[in-house]
Formats: sequence, structure tokens, C-alpha cells
Amino acid sequence: MDPEGIDMSAQPILAAKGLTKRYGKVVALDRCDFELYPGEILAVIGDNGAGKSTLIKCLSGAVTPDEGEMTLDGQTVAFASPTEAREHGIETVYQTLAVSPALSIVDNIFMGREKRRPGWRGSVLRQLDKPAMRAFAREKLSELGLMTIQNIDQPVETLSGGQRQGVAVARAAAFGSKVIILDEPTAALGVKESRRVLDLIQDVRARGIPIILISHNMPHVFEVADRIHVHRLGRRLSVIDPKAHSMSDAVALMTGAKEIEEA
Amino acid sequence: MSSDPTDHEASVRARRTEAVAAFEGRRGAIDRLQHALHVTPALVPLIVLTVAILGFTWFLGTRFLEQLPLIMQQVQIVGVLAAAQSLIILTAGIDLSVGAIAVFSSVMIGQLSFRYGVPPTVSIALGLAIGGAIGAVSGWLVSRVKLPPFIATLGMWQIVLATNYLFSRNETIRSREIREEAPMFQWLGVKPNEQLVNWIEASRGIEWERRRPNETDSAVLDFLWATNITYGVLLMVALVAVLAYALRATAWGRHVYAVGDDPEAAELAGVNVRRTLMSVYILAGVICALAGWIMIGRFGSVSPSASTGVLGNIQSITAVVIGGISLFGGRGSIWGVFFGALIVGVFELGLRMAGADAQWTYLLIGMLIIGAVAVDQWIRKVST
Repeated sequence: MDPEGIDMSAQPILAAKGLTKRYGKVVALDRCDFELYPGEILAVIGDNGAGKSTLIKCLSGAVTPDEGEMTLDGQTVAFASPTEAREHGIETVYQTLAVSPALSIVDNIFMGREKRRPGWRGSVLRQLDKPAMRAFAREKLSELGLMTIQNIDQPVETLSGGQRQGVAVARAAAFGSKVIILDEPTAALGVKESRRVLDLIQDVRARGIPIILISHNMPHVFEVADRIHVHRLGRRLSVIDPKAHSMSDAVALMTGAKEIEEA
Repeated sequence: MSSDPTDHEASVRARRTEAVAAFEGRRGAIDRLQHALHVTPALVPLIVLTVAILGFTWFLGTRFLEQLPLIMQQVQIVGVLAAAQSLIILTAGIDLSVGAIAVFSSVMIGQLSFRYGVPPTVSIALGLAIGGAIGAVSGWLVSRVKLPPFIATLGMWQIVLATNYLFSRNETIRSREIREEAPMFQWLGVKPNEQLVNWIEASRGIEWERRRPNETDSAVLDFLWATNITYGVLLMVALVAVLAYALRATAWGRHVYAVGDDPEAAELAGVNVRRTLMSVYILAGVICALAGWIMIGRFGSVSPSASTGVLGNIQSITAVVIGGISLFGGRGSIWGVFFGALIVGVFELGLRMAGADAQWTYLLIGMLIIGAVAVDQWIRKVST
């Protein structure tokens, strides 16, 4: 929560230049720029249809931009799929959470990257290393203060909405070494549970992983964000400091009711 | 739990007092039962099976218990088909072609050797491969062309069944011919317990092969003889055990459940949904072909008009549903399906031994199906 702590002179950890994406005649992204610096929470706000979800999909590998380039740690990258982005250390928590309700917390955390047992039981019998997976999952959940979940083997559907969000965030934090993208993490939650998730976001940031937070909820954005990327008409309108601007300024900017004062 | 979770909990509770534990509201016997069933879905069919066996034994006496091996033999084909069906239904699909694949594969195995002179071992391997190939077509239609599984396999059912009649020219290969020229086809109908008794007797210098039980002078050998198990039954049990292991303890198994539960979530989490579906349909096809081989062992002959071709799909779906696998995918266990197949077999034989009209069996099976799905819906309420 302290923008001075962010070293803006350092190179951005994730950056995009001139990203363009067209769907037929609709230009969803119009030469959009983007920077995320180490250790920060960058909120992305914008009206519906402004193209922020297309931007996020480009960054997370779900959509391939028509033009423009992205750099991760100064290296040019291009992702053909979410799996590729994930391999580069970019984890996304989708609004739908992408969890399997009937499967256990451990199964969900390791979905798609299961650990096998060492030795012949892993190589011949392809047996999963459940003890190691449980221990890892328990460790990650307790790091984020989520061990009120009593049983790591319980199905995700028996958890509350906030706990499910917690599991999805823990999965991202466990494997996301570079960047974590959170898409509307509080949209489906009540007041108390939103509170927990906001705490969780700050816990993750405190562990040194920068976060991109997409949200419509201005109080939440202003509470946790270090900088706010305002998206309008397919491009970045400006990046504002939540300490220097009010929520109504931000809303006015993203709806076009107000023009930018600083370039 | 190997490590100590209370430690974490204590530290965490201190920090976040407002946290709500998921199960705190869970009280009372009904809730606990619901939870137990949710965690162990094979429990319901196991209880029903046990009650049914005890009930028939109470009513008919121990002569019913003596028939249990016979029930195993009677359900082996449906049991193996149901194992294939389980895999498909776990991915939220359905396969109407299982019986047709089994019959066509048994015809292929037979005709390859009897019409084209292929060695029996090669015929069996080719028969299994054909089952897998048919499964691959269904899998391609479902995962690539995105047809609903019901439609894709409804079509495949008719196509495979018609091909079966055309290719076989409606010829039956008689049991005696198979026994003389390709006994390997009937191997799954051979009884290892009888082989063992004959082998023990032979090692004691008794030359002849026994045909009837209770002729030895040893109670142990008599009991072994009466056990009455075929290699086909052993294969069915082994298949269920292997699949149960694969579904529970391997990444592939977890992916099968995830794909059935929510394919989009699975895809976003990094599961290759298309490849998982393909593997499931191909494996199911091979298992159906295996059922085709078992059919030769069970009936002795190869017949393109075996009733399995028409009824196999409904019978296998019945076993799967009674076994507690959710038709919506992603839930249930294959052991439950094994118990489900046995439940059907127990009712069929038990009611026949009790002298009841066969229609009572269908009536009871119908009630069990509805009961099983109602229980499934009730269990799923845990999630809300």
C-alpha cells in the first residue's frame, strides 16, 4: 500500500506495447500499452466493452494479439495458450475460478500439473504422490492463512464462495512465480468474504509477487491498488495514483466524462 | 492425515477470528450420512447389494449363496460393458454403442480366423484394436466435431450393428468348431478352479478329467470345484480394480473427473480436454471389445445376432446408474458400478429361484434406477 515502495525506474516485469486485437470490424484493443512493475498491485478499470478483458486475455495467453509485443522481464514473449503463459510464471484466477467442484482441494490445486511418485511407482504405475501434494497444498494454504479449511481432501463444492476464491488464489500463488492476474475476485462475494479476499491479495503481494487486479468495485480498487490503469476505447487512457485521485475522478475518466489532466 | 493440521489451525484462528469453517453447520445423523455418501459414492450400491443378498438368502436358504459364482458369470459381460460405460459417463457423456462394439468385435475375432485364416492370437489382438478404433471415431465426433455424445453414439450404434450383420453375412460360428480349431477364443469361459483340481488330481496320478463336482475324496478339492469361477469373471474383477486405481491415483483419472465435472474449468486449469476425451472413448472401445471376447467364452459360439448388441447399452447404463455414477459426469466410483451390475444379477437370479414372474425383476430394477438417481440428486445438494 505504498506506491513509493515501488521502483518505477526498474524495468517493468510485464509490459506490452501497441497491442491490437480486432474481432471482424470491432477493434477490441487499439494500440494499447501496459506496464506492471515488480511488487505492485495494479488495478485495471474500465467501462464494459472498453476492452480490458481482451487486454487481460492477451496477457494471460487466452487470446493472441494481432499486433504489438509483450515483454516479460525484458524478454519478448508471445503466448499461444494459457498453458504457455503459465509456463512463463503468469497465473490467472478467472472470474469463474476454473475449479472442479466435485474434486478435492488438493486435486484442484494440482490440476494439470500433478506430481508423480518417485521411482517405479511413478514411472510405471503413474501413481500420484498424494502425500507430497497434500503437504504442499497445506503449506500454501496456511501461508495465505486459509487453513481454517479443515480437510484438504474435501470437495471444493463444500466450501463457501470466499474459500473457493481462496483455493483459486492459493493455486495461482503457489505456481505463479512472476505475475498473478485476478479477474473480478470479489464480484460474487459478500462483504465479509470480500474482506478476506482483499486481505489475501495483500498477503500475496507481501510475498513479492506483483498482481494485476481487474475489478468494477471502486472501493476495493482504491483500497488495495498501488496504481490504477484506466482503460477506455481499447487503450490505456492514463495511469492514476489512487492517493491523488478520488473514486469519482476514476469513474469520470473511465466513462469519458472527464479528460486527462496529466499526460 | 500424516502431518498435524491443528497446528496451522491454531495459528490461523488466532489471526482471523471471523473465518467460517465449512462443516460447522453440519450436525445430525442425516447430514453425516449425506456427507459419507458424498465422499464414498460406492456405499449405497454396496449396502443395497448386501441387503439383497441377505434377503434372498433368508428367503431361499443357503442354496442362494451357492449360486453367487453363477451370478458373477451371468453379469460378466454387462459388468465389463458397464466399466466402459462408466468411463464415458464420468466425462458427462453416454455411449449407446457399447453392446454393438462388443458383438462386432466378437464377430471380427471369429471371422478373421475362420474366414480369413488369421492365427487366433492375432485375431484377438485385431478384435481389440477394432474396438479401440470404433471408440476413436466416437471420441473424434464428440471432442472435435462437438456432437453431443448421445447423438454420436446413437449413430455409431446403428452403423456398427449394421456393419456387424453385413460383414458376418449373419453366419454363426458354432461352439464345437471353435473348440476344435481355436480354443483360445473360449479361454475366458474356462474355469481355473476346475483346471486346478484336475491338475492336483493329475499330479496324484489320477488320469481322467473331471466333469462333475463332488467326486473327489477331499473336501477342499470339492469346495474348489464348486467355486465355479471363469477367467472372464477374474478379468472383470481385475479390470474394475485397475480402472479404480487409474481413476483414483493417476493424473489421467483426475482429469477424467475434471472434464466431466466442468470441461471449461478443466481446460483453463491446464487439462487437455480433447486428449482426455479421446483417451476415454478409445479405452472404452477396447474394453467393449474385451467384452466381445468374454462373450465367446460365455456362449461358446460367435453370433452376430447376440442380444447384447441391442440391449448392452441399456443394461450397462442401468448398472452404472444403480452403481451411483452421476449422469451429469464427474461423480461416482467404478466399484459402485461393479456392485450395481451385481445387484441386477442378484435380483434376476434370486427372483427366478423364488419362482416369481420375470416381470418383477424389471419392476424392481426400474424402482432401483429411480431410487439411485434420486439419491444422487440428494447427495449433490451438499454443494449448495
